[in-house]
Amino acid sequence: MKTAEFLLEIGTEEIPDWMINNALKDLERLFRQSLEKHSLDTAVSYRTEGTPRRLVLVVENLAECQPERQETITGPPREVAFDDTGNPTKAGLGFVRRAGIDISELETNDDGRVSITRQITGRLTSEILAEIIPEIIVSIHFPKTMYWTGKSGPRFIRPIRWLVALYNGIVIPFELAGITAGTVSYGHRRLASKKIEVSSFDDLRDKLQQSYVILSGDERRKKIESEILTLMPDQLRVRTNPRLLAILVNITEYPTPILGNFEKSYLTLPEEVLETVMEHHQKYFAVEDKDGCLQPKFVAVANLDNDSGDIVRQGNERVLRARFNDAQFFWDADQKRPLVNRAEDLRTVTFQAQLGSYFDKTERNQKIAVGLAQALSLPNEEIRHISRAVELAKCDLTTELVGEFPELQGVVGGLYAKHQGEPLEVADAIYDHYRPSGVKDEIPRSRIGQLAAIADKLDTLGGLFRLNMIPTGSKDPFALRRAAYGIIRILVEGNLALSLPELCAMASANENTAALEEFFVERLRYYLREVRGYRQDEIQAVLNASSQQPLEVVARAEAIAAVRSTEDFELIAVGFKRISNILRQIDNLDDFSARVIDEKLIEKGAEGVLFEQFRALSPRVASLKDSGHYQEALILIASLRPVVDSFFNDVMVLTEDEIVRNNRLTLLAQLKKEFSTIADFSEIVRSND
Amino acid sequence: MQNYQEMILTLKSYWAERGCILQEPFDVEVGAGTMCPETFLRVLGPEPYRVAYVQPSRRPADGRYGENPNRLYKHMQLQVILKPAPENVIEQYLGSLEAIGIDLHKHDLKLEEDNWESPTLGAWGIGWQVMLDGLEITQFTYFQQCGGVDLELVPAELTYGLERLAAFQQNVSSVYDIQWNESWNYKEIRFSDEQQYSVYNFEKASIDFLWKEFDLHENECARLIDEYRSTKSTKEQTRFPLLAAYDHVLKCSNLFNTLDSRGAISVTERVGVIARVRTLAVGVAQSWLDQQAVITEVSAT
Repeated sequence: MKTAEFLLEIGTEEIPDWMINNALKDLERLFRQSLEKHSLDTAVSYRTEGTPRRLVLVVENLAECQPERQETITGPPREVAFDDTGNPTKAGLGFVRRAGIDISELETNDDGRVSITRQITGRLTSEILAEIIPEIIVSIHFPKTMYWTGKSGPRFIRPIRWLVALYNGIVIPFELAGITAGTVSYGHRRLASKKIEVSSFDDLRDKLQQSYVILSGDERRKKIESEILTLMPDQLRVRTNPRLLAILVNITEYPTPILGNFEKSYLTLPEEVLETVMEHHQKYFAVEDKDGCLQPKFVAVANLDNDSGDIVRQGNERVLRARFNDAQFFWDADQKRPLVNRAEDLRTVTFQAQLGSYFDKTERNQKIAVGLAQALSLPNEEIRHISRAVELAKCDLTTELVGEFPELQGVVGGLYAKHQGEPLEVADAIYDHYRPSGVKDEIPRSRIGQLAAIADKLDTLGGLFRLNMIPTGSKDPFALRRAAYGIIRILVEGNLALSLPELCAMASANENTAALEEFFVERLRYYLREVRGYRQDEIQAVLNASSQQPLEVVARAEAIAAVRSTEDFELIAVGFKRISNILRQIDNLDDFSARVIDEKLIEKGAEGVLFEQFRALSPRVASLKDSGHYQEALILIASLRPVVDSFFNDVMVLTEDEIVRNNRLTLLAQLKKEFSTIADFSEIVRSND
Repeated sequence: MQNYQEMILTLKSYWAERGCILQEPFDVEVGAGTMCPETFLRVLGPEPYRVAYVQPSRRPADGRYGENPNRLYKHMQLQVILKPAPENVIEQYLGSLEAIGIDLHKHDLKLEEDNWESPTLGAWGIGWQVMLDGLEITQFTYFQQCGGVDLELVPAELTYGLERLAAFQQNVSSVYDIQWNESWNYKEIRFSDEQQYSVYNFEKASIDFLWKEFDLHENECARLIDEYRSTKSTKEQTRFPLLAAYDHVLKCSNLFNTLDSRGAISVTERVGVIARVRTLAVGVAQSWLDQQAVITEVSAT
């Protein structure tokens, strides 16, 4: 079978940088699926590349046509298709007609039905491609799409302006959004305006290179990195920022780093402000010395071949100067009204229509924060700091600097608090209280900050749950999942022994308190799975035992994972599963675990040994558990394995004698109850060895 | 190098050469060129349209008494509407920059994702901010919805920030240093404006008066919308003053902004007031669409 290369280039207007890589993945996935469906996937390989203005897919070793295949059509049973004398019936003739064959070609299959098997020639790949490409292009998933040719036109992330589709160098004819696929591509928007005729992927890549487009994202990244190294003066380097680098790679077709300077005097502005302006707003790399000290320099990455006239450098320097001037202006203006004088102003800042202003929220936050501090029996001085931090935490919302740089809320409050003479503990807590703001963000550094952060998030959760604004599916406009997840992380990573029922009771979620607790448990489950990497069965086992205190739940999960590989562990789980199964057959399970075991009814032998062992281990397990020695407790429970095994080998639990039977069930129910407080063993699934 | 007014003249003739009607600024105060009927109402419906105009745009809360080099209470936008957007709309836009003397082979220009949205107008679109050597000079939007209605033809809206562009071109670090023409600079012409309106908006505006005025305009607009909706006669529908009703929407919007900068909108009121303005805007937009359909129908028979 002959094979050849298929090339697709979707030429567009500028696609948002953060969507490009996902779009390429999706494009490949859709092609893979479609070629599989058409039996064209044998030995093919895929490659994708993208820039802001093009998504490119190459399929190599794509066969010229579908393989030949056999098709079998089955008709009625032979005795229906033919009468007793062997002549075809109406039904038989009908089948033959529909299948378009001669009666003599009929076979009979193993089920006694008439059938026909024939060879089907595969369709031409180019034909199939012409059918599937338009469908695939408009199926690429983007978070937000638009239409541009009119209300009923196709939707895409940005307007499609050209299409290249070549199989073996020959155009695949199709049309989309009024554009006919062809051989013409375009280079850099400003540096190369001429059309490019292409015949293959290599040809496209090379001609684009001559037209100031580096098709490969990896190569664009390498160009940025290596040219930055040559630009950098001795002893200096750009501050590492992989996210910014990824943005710059996908916002340029021909990236060229440019080193710029700013006046030293701006270095008196807080580093957070300088960094936000440079990295977030201007997409510049900050420059530091080998000790990590910020330098009055920056690196901009232009979508250009060179800046030999220094025009781009000067332009960017001017913009940066203006932004730093603004920041300086706002910083100075803000000092005229210290944070503490701004508390009243919060009455005019809405938190949420039905939940009032940030002034109201601050009052609620304070009640929660102090309540939490008392629950943890913290010293009075610390409680005072917490209270002060919460009181001032939202006051930066009325400052000009936060108005200009909303992403610095909290940070600005912390900086101002420090500048205005608040205790360092208070300032740091204000600075940190939005943390963790993302999966990779750290939790607040101090316990004061941690409680301020929990209180703020908990009030938000409680308030919105109270209003029934509970996240569903992908809808979570108030980022409540992130808030709940943040609390879980602070509790666990901040080593805070607070329980979820305790927190939820303070959240004022009213009739949705139980739903809020369940919401937290879901986030805890996510944390155990995605961050800690525990297995599904381990997580279920610890949560079944109790999900109340995240800190302790994680410790129990840790213990399970640690002892899981020991000899008896998964085997004892099998024993517990048997106990569970037996008990499940009996309706009144609680009854049994609450009953008293009648020692006199315990038979000697396996039952007696199990009972003795249970009685002996029970207090030891309980005390190990209470002191947090979960691993040791689990090992002790697992040591019951041989005893449980011989019990099930030798003893008939569901015996005829009702009294004996009930006593045995009581023994098992109690055993299960006593030894399932760390983990519900019956959830553990045996690993395949 | 071009001065401010030469730059504006160049841009206007550039777009006039590309089929745009040159309009003069709309004579009711607005927060952005988008709010003028030449954009807000013209983008609705199936009729192609091309227009360009400079629109002084008032944002009371952005005033800085003329003391901040980059912030203005009132700035000038050049608003260009191309409905439907031509295929080479970006190339045409880049051509306008070349026309005012920006050599795009020597400057860095990027289109960065920025989707415009105005809850007050029930409008949104997809687009970019255009960054020239790190400076945002234009907002570029493909409108998708206006007044809560999906648009039949997708217009491109180009909004040039004229002061920024001029400051960039003239290499000055304060908008007040922009050379307006050969003899006058921006400060000489606009400073008092900035100073006095900042004083008014932040300090002197009578809250009571503004609220009363807001209510009056709101009532007048709502009354007109209601009356249009109950108008049965085709003839009366075609001549009904919906454009006048829309003036009152704009009045309300500006009064809201002024009240806001005056610190007069309380927590509980804020969301509600925005919703009131939106109700009017959407009401006019929908009636306008209806009226246009009636007019088309009448002229067809």
